[in-house]
Order: sequence, then structure tokens, then C-alpha cells
Amino acid sequence: MYPVLQIGPLALQFPGLLLLLGVWAAVLLAERRARREGVHSGALSNLIFYALIAGLVGARLGHAMRFIQLYFENPLGLLALSPTTLSLPEGLLAAGLTGWIYHYRAGLPLWPTLDALTPGLAAVMIAIGLAHIASGDAFGSPADIPWAIRLWGARRHPTQIYETLAAALIFASTLRRPTPYPFPGYTFLRFTALTAAARLFLEAFRGDSLLMLGGIRTMQVVSLAALLLALLGMHLLATRTQAADSRLGL
Amino acid sequence: MRSIFLAWLKDRRRWALLMTAVALLGAIWTATSSASPQETTQGRIPGPRQGFLAPDFELELLGGGSFVLSELRGSPVILNLWASWCPPCRLEMPALDTVYAEYQDQHLQIVGVNITAQDSEGAAAGLVRAMGLRFPIALDREGGVARLYQMRAFPTTFFIDAQGVVQRVIVGGPMSELTLRSEVEALLAGVD
Repeated sequence: MYPVLQIGPLALQFPGLLLLLGVWAAVLLAERRARREGVHSGALSNLIFYALIAGLVGARLGHAMRFIQLYFENPLGLLALSPTTLSLPEGLLAAGLTGWIYHYRAGLPLWPTLDALTPGLAAVMIAIGLAHIASGDAFGSPADIPWAIRLWGARRHPTQIYETLAAALIFASTLRRPTPYPFPGYTFLRFTALTAAARLFLEAFRGDSLLMLGGIRTMQVVSLAALLLALLGMHLLATRTQAADSRLGL
Repeated sequence: MRSIFLAWLKDRRRWALLMTAVALLGAIWTATSSASPQETTQGRIPGPRQGFLAPDFELELLGGGSFVLSELRGSPVILNLWASWCPPCRLEMPALDTVYAEYQDQHLQIVGVNITAQDSEGAAAGLVRAMGLRFPIALDREGGVARLYQMRAFPTTFFIDAQGVVQRVIVGGPMSELTLRSEVEALLAGVD
């Protein structure tokens, strides 16, 4: 665990640096994959750039909406460089919406674009795992197992290592593009299904789960829904491609 | 393997079987891995991080008297760990003082813990006098609180709710007055 990199008077947030590295790797990977998916790499880079900017603006506006009176009194706070006054849900929503609008306006094909973005998303998942190792977040429940790690006053499941290993395996699976390619959207939906399945399984070992009624872990319910949706999407795209191939006599 | 999976995806009946099996296994795993609040941080295990109970300690105050963190239970608390030689610590002191004065009637407590083991009592007292700080300053002469709170950088600020649970940790600074006030509003509203 190493949450802060102290360089003289400068306290750098190590998990934040790892996430930035993940985003940088994601941009490089997306540009490389774009050519293989038949997506214009320049347009894809623009999509990522606009989504990142919109994410930052949305995250700040989301925070401002929660504390609107404070921002009325100090409007310059909207421009502050502080990452502590950003709101993640609104940021993700703004980034997603902007990406959607840009893909539509630039005429980027939806599923090949998502396929091109997938190795980058998988790299970000590894970066998130490494950031959790550095910060000690996403920690495991207390466990009496030989590979338990001492963290936050107890011997715990090393869930940060589990999630990083799972993310690395999923990342590796996104690198190879199968030939013949089953259908556009295959890489993205397989990544979604595998990531959801991994979270569904690994959440059981977490010590910081948000619980619902009856002690059910919220993220397991969300992951199971995402897994089923991904499988539904794969079924629909597979049968649609099969029907189109039959019409063409392939 | 992939071709079998793809064949299952394309066949309506096999796909329905796959979905049912996944849904069933997922639901069973979710049900068997349900947790009691005691198994998660909602069980209030002491620890210097978000979601944990703020570790208790007792320190002497600058100017006399003593301070016990758990005695402030019932009020939201901001614990600011600082040293006089640290520029960001000095820069955020006026904002802390303003917020302390503004929210005192809402029972907000702000305590500056001077890590005296890495500072000097005289320098700390001089800074408090020069800035006219009104909130209490506790003296961590042995560095016990810095160790207990696993401090890694100056300043580090803990936002603790009325139940004594850490809701936010901000490492580094200086925090702006807006950052502080938004965190305080969240603490007082009982939201994250």
C-alpha cells in the first residue's frame, strides 16, 4: 500500500497517477485497435478527448449542483483545480453522453467503435486494480487463509490482487481479434460479460460492500444484471449477423 | 471452445438455457455470499480511512487541558494533522478557522493536531498566535496519532461524522474554503 508519493513538499496521489497512466494506455490502445476494426483512428481519438473533457466538466457541475449555494457565493470554485470537488457519477454520465453524441454526429459505427475502445477499457480496469493496491481501497473481508494480507487492522482477503489478476486475464483476452470475427460488438460484449462475472464472483470476498436488505451485496446484483444484459446483447447480435449472412447466401 | 459458445449464442433454446443457468448460479452465489454488517466496514472497525470508526486518542492541548476524540461523539469533527514548517498546512489554516467560526453553532468541531514529534511546540504556538487561530490545537508530542492515523503526507485531514465514522480523508493541501465547506455541508446533512 503506497497512497502518496512524497517528493519534497509535493504530495502526489499515487493511485491517481496510476489511473492517469491507465487512461494514457487506453488512448494508445484504442488508436491501434481502431484500424483493425475499420474505425477512423482520428475520430476515435477525438471521441475520447471530448468524453474526457465532458467528464471533467460534468463532474465539477455535478458537485456544484449538490452544493449550489456555496458555488453561488464563490463561482470561481467552478474552475478550481481540486480533484476533491468532483462528483464521479455525473462525470461518468457526461462522458458517456458526450461519447454517444460524438459517435452519432461523426458517423462512427457503434459496435466497431466499442470494440476498438475495449482493450483500452480493459487496461483502465488493470489500472483501477493497481490503484486499489496502492491506496488500500476495495479491501477484502477478514480471512484466515495463508495468503491473507494485513490491512486496516486485520488479516484480509487480498481482493485488490484478485481484481488486478482478473483484469489482466480479461485484458489479455481482448488483445486477440478472432478470425473470422463473429459479429461487430463481440469484443466489447465479451469484455463486459467477463468483467461483470469477475466482479460478481470477487465481490463476495470484499470487506467494504454496500449491503442491501438481507445483507445482499449491491454490486453483485448490479454485476449479475450486467452479465445477463451482455449475454442478451451477444445473442441478439449473433442471430442478427447469422440472418444477414443467410440472406447474402454466406 | 469459442465455436461452441457461439453456437449456443445463435441457438435460441440453448441460449435460453445458458441465460437461465447463469441467472440461477449468479443468484445462488449472491445469496450464499450475503454478509452481515459486522463482516463489512459497517461493523465500525477502527481504522484511519473512509467507512471506518475514527481511532480514538487522547492528547494535551496547546495552552492547557486535554482532548479525547471519542468525547466529541455526537458532533461532526474535522481532524487536521499539520506541522508549522509545512507551507500547504499554513495556507489552509485561515480557511479552517473561518469554517470553524461559521459552523460552531451547528456543533462542528475542528481540531488541529500538530505533529509535534516532527515540529516544535514553540513554532506551533507562534503560528497559532500569528494567525489568531480559534480552534483547539492538540499536541502529538510522541507522534502516536501520526502513526495511528497512518499519516503519509502533510497536511492530512479527516472528516468524521457525528457517529465517529470517517467519511472522507484528504491527503495534501491546501484545501480551499469551498472544499472545506462542501465537506462540512455533506457531514452535517449526513450524506457522503
